[in-house]
Amino acid sequence: MEQIVGRLLQVGVLVAAAVVLIGAVALLVQHGHQPADFRVFRGASSGLRSVDDIVRAAFSLDSRAIVQLGLVLLIATPVARVALTLVAFVVQRDRLYVAITALVLALLLYGLIWGRA
Amino acid sequence: MTILLLALLVGIGSFGAGLLGALTGLGGGIVVVPMLTILFHVDLRYAIGASLVSVIATSSGAAAAYVREGFTNVRVGIFLEVATTVGALVGAALAGVIPTSALAVLFGLVLLYTAYRSFQAPEEHVTTAPSHPWATRLRLNDAYPVAGAMRPYSVQGVPAGFGLMFVAGVLSALLGIGSGVVKVIAMDRTMKLPFKVSTTTSNFMIGVTAAASAGVYLHRGYIDPALAFPVMLGVLAGALLGARILTIAKTRSLRVLFTAVVVVLSVEMLYKGITGGL
Repeated sequence: MEQIVGRLLQVGVLVAAAVVLIGAVALLVQHGHQPADFRVFRGASSGLRSVDDIVRAAFSLDSRAIVQLGLVLLIATPVARVALTLVAFVVQRDRLYVAITALVLALLLYGLIWGRA
Repeated sequence: MTILLLALLVGIGSFGAGLLGALTGLGGGIVVVPMLTILFHVDLRYAIGASLVSVIATSSGAAAAYVREGFTNVRVGIFLEVATTVGALVGAALAGVIPTSALAVLFGLVLLYTAYRSFQAPEEHVTTAPSHPWATRLRLNDAYPVAGAMRPYSVQGVPAGFGLMFVAGVLSALLGIGSGVVKVIAMDRTMKLPFKVSTTTSNFMIGVTAAASAGVYLHRGYIDPALAFPVMLGVLAGALLGARILTIAKTRSLRVLFTAVVVVLSVEMLYKGITGGL
């Protein structure tokens, strides 16, 4: 189980980094010459803020959305790790830790999907 | 400055941060935000978003190596993650209302404390004291491999450690850092976990804590792809290289160098925070 968790983290990070890299190359080709302005906070454009919008835009090959998809995969990696830990405690019939792990998972999904704090 | 040039410069800086962070064990995340805000005049919110993403990358990358070694205490980790994730969500809520200048001052203080801590040698405890009653009920006590044999340890100060972890979660979200320093105090000093167990379990938790607030910040637009990608790829590449050359590098002098960088950045952050220049 521990082995699987370690492997999952590794694969998750590598896949995320690969997607980010592909998107980054496309982003630089398309927008690299544009001025970078991060001095004043406007926020990333509205289509790059929720998981389903990002997935949709990434599949229509928008370079910024591909980078963002890679970043979402990266954020999802520790969440998947907690989900796997939950499975491990379910298999061990460890009720107390099933409850504790489910709580952590719920908090993470709450932040990632609904984006409220 | 064009997006291309900024990505190049930020990528190089982040690579250096990841490399030094891995070689010194202090983590590169703590210098990313000051670098972006002071050197590149990036708004603090964009900087926090990009930094959190890089924290997840290095934490998960390093944790993958640690899990296989059998030092991580999964029960301690998941129990304390309740505190850090609640803390991270509270921190993310607070981040919207706390003025930027106050965040800069807080950041400066955390940097100073990190620099101070980096010169203290880790202490190895003799954990023969009876464990905290909660530790028994939560079955936190475990054993870890020492020279081929399993050495058991008992866990102390569970409520205080839990409270400190909440603080670590709040700081992680507010400042976009891994809060490794606070996590180690909680597990090392308060809960008296063996050093190897506390560092690996802490690293394991950092990614989960950062993911809690990163999810919220994604929805608020703090994570901008054009800025986040050079930070994430740079820090990750630096950290991976750092982990590889760790054994041949002269850690002592690097530690002094990295600490000097941290002190300079902390003074800058405090100055900017107090004068309202951020």
